[in-house]
Amino acid sequence: MQPDDLILRLQKKDEKAFERLYELYSESIFGVINTILRDKASSEEVLQDVFIKVWDNAESYSVKKGRFFTWLLNIARNAAIDKTRSKAYKNQRKNLTQDYFVDILENKSSFSSKIDAIGIKKYIDILEPICKKVIDLLFFKGFTQKEASEELNMPLGTIKTRNRICINKLREILVE
Amino acid sequence: MDINEYIDSGILELYVYGALTEKESEEVSNVLLQHSEVEKEVEEIEDALNKLAISTAPYNPEALLASIKLKLGNKPENGRVMPIEGTRVDRSSRIIMYISLAACLALLVGVFSLLNKNNDLRKSIQVVEAEKAAMEGDIVAAREDLSETKELLSVFRDKNITKVPLAGQEVAPEAYVQVFWDKENDRTYIDAAGLPEPPAGKVYQVWSLTLNPLTPTSLGLLENFDQDENKVFMLNNPNDSQAFGITLEPAGGSETPTMEQLYTLGVVKADA
Repeated sequence: MQPDDLILRLQKKDEKAFERLYELYSESIFGVINTILRDKASSEEVLQDVFIKVWDNAESYSVKKGRFFTWLLNIARNAAIDKTRSKAYKNQRKNLTQDYFVDILENKSSFSSKIDAIGIKKYIDILEPICKKVIDLLFFKGFTQKEASEELNMPLGTIKTRNRICINKLREILVE
Repeated sequence: MDINEYIDSGILELYVYGALTEKESEEVSNVLLQHSEVEKEVEEIEDALNKLAISTAPYNPEALLASIKLKLGNKPENGRVMPIEGTRVDRSSRIIMYISLAACLALLVGVFSLLNKNNDLRKSIQVVEAEKAAMEGDIVAAREDLSETKELLSVFRDKNITKVPLAGQEVAPEAYVQVFWDKENDRTYIDAAGLPEPPAGKVYQVWSLTLNPLTPTSLGLLENFDQDENKVFMLNNPNDSQAFGITLEPAGGSETPTMEQLYTLGVVKADA
């Protein structure tokens, strides 16, 4: 369930509600930022900026426009991509070899208690390479369908249905 | 809309990603409000993605919350009151203080009630002005109606105008229409108050007919039928009509009349 009540209170500048929403979403948003930046310190910085923006601009969110999660995602991805353009970040990240989120999972030793670590590991093994790429571009990188279809050399119509199949597989594993 | 097909199309995943345009997103939000199964699906997708994203976080960033909170601006005041140190005051000055306090309060109450009254008056002026504007609008509309009605009346009374009653046909035996044909000015006035309201997506079409052989010529449509108050329509008619008919046609009208949907028909009397 989307915590509409907390969101309403946040929009009225309720700090307790802000804390609760931070607990609910900060870890996944941190993950999205980290997938783009590949650097713990920069990701921490951006995460803080993102949640300060959330506090300042909470009124601009509306249920009519979309999910709160999606709203957070957009802020986070934009902030992280801005960061990649900064000089300091560029100098620091010259030797970036990792390509997408799967690398982070494969190299990760500890998992949060919130999720089933085994399930996620299994997911990586089962998922086809194309699924990993589609999810990486559309979800973590915020590509549009058209951009993803160009990047993957895949017809525009196929992206939507293929992605649905991939997400269904992910959901099956998470439910198990 | 087939909801399962909608869910299977993959649009909901794109919705959660934020990969749809603003307009598409708003449309999905609407569907979601109306169909709980769509909402449930969106929540499951979101949950899966949330977990996947959590697994890519370096650690749970709970500890960062404290430093974020320090940077939050524009917080509401907590309503804390600074304590004032008590001072000793002697009795007479205390009485004076009470009296002046009471006087101040009385004055405040007076000023406040005056302000209130002023406000009320201002509001009632606004109300009256709005009512006046509405009434003026009504008068203009009534005048327009009146001149329109006068014009129609003069047409109906004119002896040079041919009157052709159209009787209800098989599909609508109750229907009737009066056609007033001004041959001099090539105009017909159709009084269609006796026609039922057309169903959605349909429109009445008026035909001029010549007999032997039967040749229909479209005179036009009775557009916006339900919104027309007097149901009198003016159509140009340069034809040598021998009869008039009205059929029900799909919106936009037809090339030739749909005879099964013939509502009314009437022949022009030769001597008229």
